[in-house]
Amino acid sequence: MAGKRHQNFQLNEQGGLRHFLTIDGLSRELLTRILDTAESFAALPGRPVKKVPALRGRVITNLFFENSTRTRTTFELAAKRLSADVLNFNVSTSATSKGETLLDTLRNIEAMHSEMFVVRHNQSGAAHFIARHAAPGVSVINAGDGRHAHPTQAMLDMFTIRKHKGEFTPLRVAIVGDILHSRVARSQILALNTLGVTEVRVVGPHTLIPTDARAMGVHVYHDLDQGLRDVDVVIMLRLQRERMAGALLPSEEEYFRLYGLTNERLAVAKPDAIVMHPGPMNRGVEMESEVADGPRSVILQQVSYGIAVRMAVMSMCMQTYEAGGEGA
Amino acid sequence: MTELNIFMQHNAIVDLIDGMSLVLKKRLTERQIEEPAVIGIHTGGGWVAKHVHRHLDCTDALGLLDISFYRDDFTRIGVNPQVKPSRIDFEVEGRDIILVDDVIQSGRTIRAAMNEIFDFGRPNSITLVCLIERGGRQIPVQPDVIGLRPPLQPNEHIRLNGPDPLSLEISRSRTPRASGNGQ
Repeated sequence: MAGKRHQNFQLNEQGGLRHFLTIDGLSRELLTRILDTAESFAALPGRPVKKVPALRGRVITNLFFENSTRTRTTFELAAKRLSADVLNFNVSTSATSKGETLLDTLRNIEAMHSEMFVVRHNQSGAAHFIARHAAPGVSVINAGDGRHAHPTQAMLDMFTIRKHKGEFTPLRVAIVGDILHSRVARSQILALNTLGVTEVRVVGPHTLIPTDARAMGVHVYHDLDQGLRDVDVVIMLRLQRERMAGALLPSEEEYFRLYGLTNERLAVAKPDAIVMHPGPMNRGVEMESEVADGPRSVILQQVSYGIAVRMAVMSMCMQTYEAGGEGA
Repeated sequence: MTELNIFMQHNAIVDLIDGMSLVLKKRLTERQIEEPAVIGIHTGGGWVAKHVHRHLDCTDALGLLDISFYRDDFTRIGVNPQVKPSRIDFEVEGRDIILVDDVIQSGRTIRAAMNEIFDFGRPNSITLVCLIERGGRQIPVQPDVIGLRPPLQPNEHIRLNGPDPLSLEISRSRTPRASGNGQ
């Protein structure tokens, strides 16, 4: 087991987090620790001073190669609530050689003594690439890479589920929508299975579910009513318009008719089932407004928990090492 | 190598806290403090604070602080795996606070706790109560009420176990241990 830990590139020598790139390879114990740490931060909005001094004077850089105001803003807010200083770099991906650009950008910013990078890129593996080339003592957090992973989103979803449901073990969770193109879904499936839920289901049209889905440890449904039956948690994924253009779907109306969440469809789930969405949501496509604004929806809470979870991940990754390499 | 020695058991410790609470009440009357609020520092301070809170018969719930994110050595030692949320359910602004910890040594924990309290609001006063006072101060912080002041060697370390039963334990190591846990 110790050997496996050393192989997990995200961990430092003491088995703690150094990079946060993917849920893959992280233990249930570590994921639980992230959630427990986030509890301390979830209470901050109730205070006059919504900050802790833990990362005072440290520099965190948002390195966003793919545009996202929402995600960048929550990471920025999380860093500021840890009292860190924040640099924002929105890098265009129109440069000729992507590999060179990534490394050049990295070295430039490292020269400004940034100790942590939050990276979003439209290429899968980009965050890993940067982490492998990062200088000692520098941490990388994946804010979404291509279709591969979005681990902080998955963790805030897990935090939301735990807040409402307590334990993970008895839960049946349904993830509905474009699983094929969703880095969020991939990370959620990994997290749910690692945390030991009873069942993970994916629900969607054949064209939007990966052929190797079962290998991911999920049950596949193409019928929404069957997929939602008796579930405790419903996660609706965003439908991207490009899928219609790519002829993977006939139309938004068709999608809504077959897979859109309405109160009527939600009735087959457990009576206390919660409804989640990573955002941004297309009303009338993924779900109707009555559900989005209804009593079972926890969508707005996901947003505020997102800050607490990102604070937890950042504070766990950020650490300097004494010359002897001892942690305590 | 460490030797372990339980030198005080539950009932004696509770008696000690009772004694401290009487001294504290007298102190509060002298300073004309009528509605104090009690805050304990996780984990041991919380246990002691619970008894003090009962003695003072406060209307507000007991506050609990986890100072992990306020430690001056945070970036060196990282996040405490057992970190718990701090919780103060009353308004700190203008209040007379009784801050309770189990052991004071360097004073750094108290410094961190005061910083955290000030992020909740501006208290009118803070009265510091420590069950055990031992030498080794690295910061000018002194308790107002003390339970016991055991004479300890540099290589001796004292710890409160609990919550039920409480016990005080002294361990001896070959080399003097620095105040690594930030007391």
